[in-house]
Amino acid sequence: MYVICAGGGKVGANVARSLLRLGHELTLIEQRRDRFERLEDEFEHQVQRGDATELFVLERAGITRPPDIMLALTGDDEDNLVICQLAKEKYGVPKVIARVNDPRNQSHFDLMGISPTICATSSIMALVEHEVPEHDLIHLLELRKENLEIVEVQIDKDSPVTGKRVEDLKLPEGARLISVMRNEQAEIAVGSTTLQVGDQVLAILEPGKEDELRRVLLRR
Amino acid sequence: MKALIIGCGRVGASIALQLQKEDWDVTVVDENEDALSRLGDRWPGTFIVGHGMDVDLLRSAGIEETDAVVVSTDGDNTNIVIGQVAQKRFGIDCVVVRMLDPARADFYAERGIRTVCPTKTAIDTLGEAVRACGIVPAAKASA
Repeated sequence: MYVICAGGGKVGANVARSLLRLGHELTLIEQRRDRFERLEDEFEHQVQRGDATELFVLERAGITRPPDIMLALTGDDEDNLVICQLAKEKYGVPKVIARVNDPRNQSHFDLMGISPTICATSSIMALVEHEVPEHDLIHLLELRKENLEIVEVQIDKDSPVTGKRVEDLKLPEGARLISVMRNEQAEIAVGSTTLQVGDQVLAILEPGKEDELRRVLLRR
Repeated sequence: MKALIIGCGRVGASIALQLQKEDWDVTVVDENEDALSRLGDRWPGTFIVGHGMDVDLLRSAGIEETDAVVVSTDGDNTNIVIGQVAQKRFGIDCVVVRMLDPARADFYAERGIRTVCPTKTAIDTLGEAVRACGIVPAAKASA
């Protein structure tokens, strides 16, 4: 497959390196001269210098072929957004992946239909919450394209579902339990799984159903 | 009528002052508080320090009750993102975005964003100014 990667910082360069190792064809675009010169030693003709939000720079990198994927991995969210809009809407690139540097900009990517996106801060926060649960319902993963999300709920002593079987729960429509983690061991949740105090339950659901799920599992 | 100007450089500040004179209720946003000095000693409008990509800031600048938005920071990509947020998220019809790159300005103009490209205007004006000197190129003169 052919990939164009905009941004040759730590993220972009490592992604490029990995893709090349997997045998893919790739062009890396880096704007800064000092970075470009370092990258050139390693990537040779596979790295080009320029501003990847400029049409002629993208065209020089072969965007009209078009590539199978455009990766927008620069440190500037506005640049990543524009790169993805140009790739998708002007050049018909079938897939774009964008890096979100500031999680507050996520809504701009959503507004313009740029997906999937990856944000280190948001991922780290999800992991922190997973490790040190502060809330009764934690968002672990958003599947934007599918319009689904995976959340974790900790069953506590006040929960109305302790001792109940999964098949007897009145879960909201559009929600399913995936797994139950108990004593450091995870099990797929099936109909006969019985919930206990302290269980960490993973559920998949449509966004917006969190409150309903919380009411069923925690009565609050 | 309320106008919101994002980016208070030479361009943004001049537009703000113009609209203010035409009795618009003008709010100006810039990242740098020193930019306020471009609006003169007695700026009667509102001035807010912050980044135009910040939705909370746009709200506190009153974007929801604004009739016109002018986006004129020094970054084309910043401008076009803010312009699209104003138009698509806040539903403002009159959004004008400055873009220095003619190619990107055309692409977004085709997509329904009012982009204004001073570079294009400069190219046309400078070309006309040269031609107005009336000098005929040697090759054409001898033909």
